[in-house]
Parts: sequence; structure tokens; C-alpha cells
Amino acid sequence: MSELSVNHLLGIKYITEADIQLIFETADHFKEVINRPIKKVPSLRDITIANLFFENSTRTRLSFELAEKRLSADVINFSAASSSVKKGETLIDTVNNILSMKVDMVVMRHPNPGAGVFLAKHINASIVNAGDGAHEHPTQALLDCFSIRERLGGVAGKKVVIVGDILHSRVALSNIFALQKLGASVKVCGPKTLIPKYIGELGVEVENNLNAALNWCDVANMLRVQNERMDSSYFPSTREYAQQYGLTKKRLDSLNKEIVIMHPGPINRGVEITSDVADSKQAIILDQVQNGVAIRMAVIYLLASKIKQYEDH
Amino acid sequence: MKGFFYYGNVKVNIHKKPLHLSPEHDSETSMSQKVLLNATEINIALHRLACQLIENHDTFENTVLIGIQPRGIFLAKRLKQLLEAHYKIKNIRLGYLDITFYRDDFRRSDKPLEANKTNIDFIVEDKKVVFIDDVLYTGRSIRSALTAIQSFGRPQEIELLVLIDRRFSRHLPIQPDYRGRQVDAIKNEKVKVCWKENDGEDAVYLVEK
Repeated sequence: MSELSVNHLLGIKYITEADIQLIFETADHFKEVINRPIKKVPSLRDITIANLFFENSTRTRLSFELAEKRLSADVINFSAASSSVKKGETLIDTVNNILSMKVDMVVMRHPNPGAGVFLAKHINASIVNAGDGAHEHPTQALLDCFSIRERLGGVAGKKVVIVGDILHSRVALSNIFALQKLGASVKVCGPKTLIPKYIGELGVEVENNLNAALNWCDVANMLRVQNERMDSSYFPSTREYAQQYGLTKKRLDSLNKEIVIMHPGPINRGVEITSDVADSKQAIILDQVQNGVAIRMAVIYLLASKIKQYEDH
Repeated sequence: MKGFFYYGNVKVNIHKKPLHLSPEHDSETSMSQKVLLNATEINIALHRLACQLIENHDTFENTVLIGIQPRGIFLAKRLKQLLEAHYKIKNIRLGYLDITFYRDDFRRSDKPLEANKTNIDFIVEDKKVVFIDDVLYTGRSIRSALTAIQSFGRPQEIELLVLIDRRFSRHLPIQPDYRGRQVDAIKNEKVKVCWKENDGEDAVYLVEK
């Protein structure tokens, strides 16, 4: 097994455990590469990648762009705010126009769930989903699991609790799929209003009490409260949310073990996590960011290796 | 040069004629596999290569050895061990270099390229670097290694040591500075180097594909 089973990375749902392990092993090598004095390899010098961001992003876009540049790919960037999308162009038209400029791979973030899947059916290029609505964010889940593997030596058998706004979170869904494929057990924790009704069908337990969840877990992944996606009030006030579901130093000290703290960013300091916890040694938030580049390099490298040299023209 | 080289009391001819091999003269083993070097011959070659390295690099103060992944590392480890244990040279620095991401056949070969570990925990800048690989064939791996090593700094000079040098098969103008044995092999033959620690025996075979 040294090739991915898929031609696109649309979601963790569509890939196998062997795919994930291959991505991790490749990312190990790239992590070594990005710690060299010269952090660049020439593998993808004949590949052109378009980053299409129909939704705001800093971390993910920078991380993808850096990963592409470290692999020597040519990169073009597109963000919806400054484009013809505003003039009413359809998604397929936009992408086909970009592809006619001979682009081999598309990294896309889009507010609509399934945008990547839809695009993969209609265009002839490799697609990486960089987040589609509340559906999936596969590279985030991969880098989260990779960071757990790095810190705890493995993912299988570990207990992970995902805390916060599960309802609006693509990170949560991708993480659940990835963790389960790798043999970890997963609980979700948050106010009832922010837990999807049928989450139990994914084999995930729901815990409404944060202290109980923390006592159970090895790793706590604290999600951001996504105010921008909330169309009504899901909890009475930010202050009340922080009191019930915020991770504080006091809560951590009351545990009789040391757990690993993760956060996909951007952090609302003082809401889901306090500053002293976010900056503590237990938090691997910045490791996650560094691993993000290595994981994205691995994903892009492995997908690009499936685009054969003379096949497509 | 006299053409002979001494280590201990053993005299070795370093200008030994290259082996000319063709399947029809193959009598040593089965039709498909011929022994090029046995364990004793490999051992003699290793000693000679070690001594030649000492001739040029003395105490290895400013020299680093780089084994090319995946198969060059066995030869590199052996040489390091020999130089330290037998020739009493201390603190030889040995690193492993993986060239997968620098290869020129990405997306061109049928098989996906699998990466190996790179481990160079010393500074390469201004050092004399010796690349070590088991077989020199087209020279493309070494071309990739020359690019790859630049990511770790600018070496003062780079030399190449190989156990087996396949003549007349180069695609690039690359030649070894140290060679264990030169062989002539045709395209559909493969030179297989086996190491005790990995393959159960020390031997070099010529295999018909």
C-alpha cells in the first residue's frame, strides 16, 4: 500500500484507514523536510494548484499555500470577495475558467456542504476539500489525529472528547470519522442545543457535563463557538457558555491526570478556553499548526502522484 | 600507482579487470542468478574502500559520510563500523539521505515512489561529503542526491563511493571516486546486493530479470 485509494480528498468519510496511515507516514517525512535549513523539495515543480476560497480563512489558506510552495508547485489564489462570483458566475463556470488555464489541482473552501463532491463529478482535476460548510474539513482532522499520534504515540485506543459547537462544526464531523477509523473512542460534549440530534448514530456518545467528559478523556479538542453560523440563540449568553463549557485552569487542576488540549483555531480566548490553558504545556495548539503544513504537503504530494504525466492531454 | 593495495598482509589488486558476464557462461549457480562477490570478497573490498577513504580523509575531522536511502545505508554503516573498530578512527559522522522528493521520475513511473527517513544531525556546510550507495547504475539517484544535499548547506566537496559500479549504463556524467567492483551488466540484468543484517548473507548477485 503506497498509493491513496482516491483521486480527490473530499472528506474523511471517503478514505480508508490505510489511506490515513499512508498520509501520516508521508507527513513524517515532510515534517523533517520543513525543519531543514532549506525547507523546499522540487517534487511538484510541474504541477499548478488553484486555491479557491469562497469563504474567509487565514490559517487554512496560508497553510495550504505554504505546503504547495514547499513542494515547488505553482500556486494561484482566488478569494470570492474580490471575484466575478459577486457578478453571478456559477461555481462550475468559475472553476472551468480557472482550469482552462491548465490547473492540475484545486483546493477549495466553500460555504455549501458537498461543494467539493459536486465539483469532483463535473470537472477534470484533483480536488482537495478545505472545508465545505458544516460538512467536512478533512485536512484539519488529519492534522489533529497526526498531532495526537505525535504526542501520545498513537491514536488507537485513545479517548477523545470534542467539546463545544458540534452542530455547526465540519471539524467535529471529520474528526469523528478520522478518530473512529484509527480506533479511538469519541465523545462529544456541549449544550444540548449545539449537539446534532442523530449524532448517536455515528457511534459517538454524548456527555453534557464537561467535568465528567474531561475525567474520561485523554485528549480534549475544544471547538470554537461559531457565532457567524448561528441563526438563532443556542445558549443564553457567552458568559454562561464559558462557565459551563469553557476549559479553565481550575477545571484542569481538579483532574487527577494530565490531558492533551487541542484547538483548531481561531481561539475565542475566555470563551471556550482561557488564556492560561491555551498557552500551557498541555496545549498542542501550535504543534497542530506546524503539523498542518506537513499533513497538507503529504495530501497534495500523494494526490499529485496519481496525476500521470502524459495521460490527461 | 602500483596497482596493488595492502591491508594487513593481504595484497589486493585494485586494477582488477572488470568482470565480463553473460548468461551463457554462467556456471556458478542457476541460470538466472550468478554470484559476483561472496562474503570474503565483500569483506576485502570493504577493507580496501575504508583504507582509500583514510588516504583521502585522514582523521575524518572535516568529513561526513552520507548513506543514500534505502540501500546505501547498509554499506555506510559497515564502513563506519570498520573505520571505527578496525582502523581506530573516532567519531565518524554518518547521516542518511532520502532522495524520493528530488527524483526526476515523479508521476512518470508506474510504481508510486515511497519515501524513507532522512537523518542528518550535523552541519554539512563546508564539510567534505562522501555519498555512499550500493550500486551505481544510471546515475540518476546520485543526481537527485546532489540536489537534495543542498538543502542542508553547501558542502566543500562531494565524493561518491559505491560497492558496485555498473559500467556503460550511465545516463548522466557521474562517476564514482571509490568503487568496490566494476561490472558489465546488460539492461535486463539486475545487480542485487545482500547484507547479513538485512538479507541474511553478504553477497552480490547478478540476476536475470
